[in-house]
Amino acid sequence: MKLFEYRGKELFDKYGIAVPNGKLATGEKDFSNLNFPLVLKAQVPIGGRGKAGGIKTIKNLKEAKEKLSQIIGIDIRGYKVGKVLAEEMANIKKELYISISLDRSKRMPLIMASASGGMDIESVPDDKIFKEWINPLIGIQSFNIRSIVSRLGLEKEETKQVSIVLSKIYKLFREYDCELVEINPLIINIEGEAMALDSKVIINDDAMFRHTDVEPELTELTPLEKDAKEKGIAFVQLGGNIGVIANGAGLTMATLDALTHFKGEGGVFLDLGGTDDPEKVKQAFELMKKAKPKVIFLNLFGGITKCDTVATGVKSVITKEGIDCPVITRIKGMNEDAAKEILKDAGLITATTLQDAAKRSSDLAGGK
Amino acid sequence: MAIFVDEKNKVLVQGATGHQGVFHISEMLGFGTKVVAGVTPGKAGQDVKGVPIFNTVHDGVEETGADTSLILVPARFAKDAVFEALDAGIKTVVTITENIPFHDTMEFVHYAKYNDALLIGPNCPGIASPGKTKIGILPGSIFLEGNVGVASRSGTLTYEIVNSLKEKDIGQSTCVGLGGDPIIGTTFIDSLIAFEEDKNTRAVVLVGEIGGTAEEDAAEYIKENISKPVFAFIAGRTAPPGKRMGHAGAIIARGKGTAKSKIESFKKADVKLAKFPTDIADLVEEFV
Repeated sequence: MKLFEYRGKELFDKYGIAVPNGKLATGEKDFSNLNFPLVLKAQVPIGGRGKAGGIKTIKNLKEAKEKLSQIIGIDIRGYKVGKVLAEEMANIKKELYISISLDRSKRMPLIMASASGGMDIESVPDDKIFKEWINPLIGIQSFNIRSIVSRLGLEKEETKQVSIVLSKIYKLFREYDCELVEINPLIINIEGEAMALDSKVIINDDAMFRHTDVEPELTELTPLEKDAKEKGIAFVQLGGNIGVIANGAGLTMATLDALTHFKGEGGVFLDLGGTDDPEKVKQAFELMKKAKPKVIFLNLFGGITKCDTVATGVKSVITKEGIDCPVITRIKGMNEDAAKEILKDAGLITATTLQDAAKRSSDLAGGK
Repeated sequence: MAIFVDEKNKVLVQGATGHQGVFHISEMLGFGTKVVAGVTPGKAGQDVKGVPIFNTVHDGVEETGADTSLILVPARFAKDAVFEALDAGIKTVVTITENIPFHDTMEFVHYAKYNDALLIGPNCPGIASPGKTKIGILPGSIFLEGNVGVASRSGTLTYEIVNSLKEKDIGQSTCVGLGGDPIIGTTFIDSLIAFEEDKNTRAVVLVGEIGGTAEEDAAEYIKENISKPVFAFIAGRTAPPGKRMGHAGAIIARGKGTAKSKIESFKKADVKLAKFPTDIADLVEEFV
């Protein structure tokens, strides 16, 4: 779960990392306790908001009201701005980059730091980014911190300040089950204090059960994806017009790939998982219908899950609720013959191979 | 011969008395697996299909000599369960559980390494050496004893591929379900090392997917170290960046983990790639 900037900063504040004085602004009254000049920042879960008009500097109250109304409600790469953070402008002496993420190959938290803060880290050359891996069983040690900060070209007091921030964000990273904690830029202000001007915090969805203090936020998902998530169904909306239902993430992906081979394009990824529960099958079809695909392609492999049990669930949904697009099915594995009979009986098209099914689905969808 | 597990493994099941536990103990016994103990706190003295249940892993190990554990407990208890197994001296831990917070996995993966234990998973279907043992939830009916090694990040897709091998009378030495999470205990490289050493394995099939760089790492390793023919299928060629495709680990993040990069790496390592999962069997048939 990706947190909005202001919520990340609330966590920073909780961990004693300095952030600019600021608050969410909805109208004039919200500026009363802040000292101008201020920066208004649109709260959206993606980058690039500055270029899209989502960040504005303001000198006085008159400007504040005017520019606030220019930001609220605008669309930034598909996200409508609902919240705006107003912050006092910092006096920047130096801008740094620091982050902690997961290194999947080394299976360790990875600290990255650079003296080139304030820009997109992917545009910073590799030799300007310093890396340090932390053993999760022993946690961050002083030598890890020294190894990073000594390469940033900082003065003595600055080194001390940045070291403290590093140990604090490591604590935050581990205690809140983060996938990412990024401060870009972490500044040293004129007063010599390290301060986080931005925040990017992503909490691992699988760990949300132990962070009940964090209000869930599903800002990156489409309404149907949110609905699916609440039902515990893996469901992703894509650009095309063929809805794919399969069991297992790998098989569902492979099915989408097969469509592309025949010039079809997947519109929905729906992984039924290992279930043959008729209720889950029903929910899956309901979700799929709402996504309005031109064709549905059901691809099942029965191992432990029995094909005929799933087929019975499918037949029951289709006969009870109806379906207004063709459904191509391809069934393989445990009890496949019985399953094919059931699906034929329900009026669905049964294909013999994955290729055959993918081709027929693609052709029916108009090769798009 | 087989890799990682064979008929000698004495298996203890953590989370033995739940619906999944009971079903899979029965399936494993049917496959010939030596299931010697089950653990469910508070249920010592009971049995599941004749397998005695203990309160703790320590008790189970002491009474039965179990050396392998199958973890079927819910995600929030999984870390504790793996630590308990390792603490009791278990040397092979197969973790089926999905949705374990990755910070937990990070800890027990490292702890397993310090204990010289083999950890398979999490979020995997388990491991099977046909004719010898099956530790996990893989369907027994798809396997055939033979000479092809399989290692995969996916579940059902692997069943599909193994089944298509069987339909062509191509048997398997061992099939390892590595798991679909961003952090897993046993990797493609670990499996390749073992398959290369295993006299009974003549070819290797790798089933990869988008996310991370495990396939790229494996390709580099294959170039220098693997003499046996390797075949591969990569799922997710059409997956968009930034979207998690079902598996926690199946996500293209910050430009890394695309199918294109994996396919190109494998091509450079002379790995034969299949377009469709069911084509793997055709490619292998030409060689074996």
